[in-house]
Amino acid sequence: MSRIIVVTSGKGGVGKTTTSAAVSMGLALKGHRTAVIDFDVGLRNLDLIMGCERRVVYDFVNVINGEASLNQALIKDKRCDKLFVLPASQTRDKDALSIEGVGKVLNELSKEFDYIVCDSPAGIERGATLAMYFADDAIVVTNPEVSSVRDSDRMLGILASKSRRAEQGDEPIKEYLLLTRYSPQRVKLGEMLSLEDVQEILSLHLLGVIPESKAVLNASNAGTPVILDEKSDAGQAYSDVVRRYLGEGVPHRFIDEEKKGLFGRLFGG
Amino acid sequence: MSAINSEPAAYPHLFEIKNGAIGLPMLRLLGNNPATIANQLREKIRQAPDFFRGAPMVIDLHELSALDEEVDFSALVSAMRDCGLVPVGICGGTDRHLHAAQTAGLSLLADVKHESSHQPVQAVDDKPKQPAVIGKVIEHPVRSGQRIYAPGGDLVVLSQVSAGAEIMADGNIHVYGTLRGRALAGVQGNLDSRIFCLDLQAELIAIGGHYKVSENIEDSVRGLPVHIYLIDNSLKIEKI
Repeated sequence: MSRIIVVTSGKGGVGKTTTSAAVSMGLALKGHRTAVIDFDVGLRNLDLIMGCERRVVYDFVNVINGEASLNQALIKDKRCDKLFVLPASQTRDKDALSIEGVGKVLNELSKEFDYIVCDSPAGIERGATLAMYFADDAIVVTNPEVSSVRDSDRMLGILASKSRRAEQGDEPIKEYLLLTRYSPQRVKLGEMLSLEDVQEILSLHLLGVIPESKAVLNASNAGTPVILDEKSDAGQAYSDVVRRYLGEGVPHRFIDEEKKGLFGRLFGG
Repeated sequence: MSAINSEPAAYPHLFEIKNGAIGLPMLRLLGNNPATIANQLREKIRQAPDFFRGAPMVIDLHELSALDEEVDFSALVSAMRDCGLVPVGICGGTDRHLHAAQTAGLSLLADVKHESSHQPVQAVDDKPKQPAVIGKVIEHPVRSGQRIYAPGGDLVVLSQVSAGAEIMADGNIHVYGTLRGRALAGVQGNLDSRIFCLDLQAELIAIGGHYKVSENIEDSVRGLPVHIYLIDNSLKIEKI
């Protein structure tokens, strides 16, 4: 039985695609057959972050329209043979997605894959609502600032009322909070909301905290999911997230400011 | 002519005329065949003769008015009387219906608001009615952008209400969590309704249209468990 995970946020630029890439790679590295779908039709990015942009022949919209088979459109990752990417179309817009079409593709994917990660576009329009409609689990990516928190809250409302599970009266979508671009130093200076503030407003199960990190930008530019950068704080944080999602009890890290040793204090951070 | 329609002017000082509202059962006609109606009516009444004995009843013609079908009112009235009913008047219907009804001694009642039931006459239930709905209970957080309305009763939220959410009730509002959104109690004008919450951080609170925005909520009650009620047309927020 496959599980459909939507990575969503409402607000743009908070790290949905980074998270989709990292989480899908993490699940695949754990041995689960995983597909990751870019729902951002017209503004596709996932292929860049995954480093497969030069191998895109067919895309999600082609499959929906029956112009290509799923196997033709799925791109196998070069680093992990359990991971496949279904890129978005860059030349179309989100109206090219239909609920029947998306349902058909997800249904077909669920026969072959353990996990299907849906990378939602920003906003609450068609692309975003279709990305979450069929989901079993939702990772709500939030930055520690008020507008992102408000948008996540809005998205949670939509998840609770407009998904297939809600419409059919099934068990509701499992919602997880992923706090990204978190900087304990800036929280201390009062420039960012603290984890506690965000938790109080959203009251949601915390899947993890991803620290603000240069490694994320570097990984994006290199087309490597940041989870593969095992030395980086963000990479480790995403590994923890995947383990927690799979049910392991992993303590939270990167929440408090790191205590600098004598060397750190002498030579700066 | 029934007793109800007998000439009232004969007792000029023994009454006063007042406006009143009385709920009457309605016989909603879905067809116009007098014989069939009479048969079905008898069958229905037979099931609960005591319940209907002497009951005044209004003939509802809304369903027939679109077709402008002729109704044999004299046959209908006598069929109803045979069953022990007291037909008092009609509502709905076309001019033709009205004319025919007046000829048969029925009055035209002011158009009443329609109940949503579109069940045929056979489906009329003689079991005691369910108690009226008392409102809504919401067990999950009310998120930004969601609106929840409890018509005709209280709204109870067992979780938080986020900023940008809107909760409304004809009666009271209870929030057993933090209230950050908008809460409007007594939206149909019930000035006695109240708002209760465990942690007041609302964007707006209103009772029967009298409102306060966040800016006008005193700091002394912010973040506290409070109840809010209306006194002399102004909102009073009190710690509980």
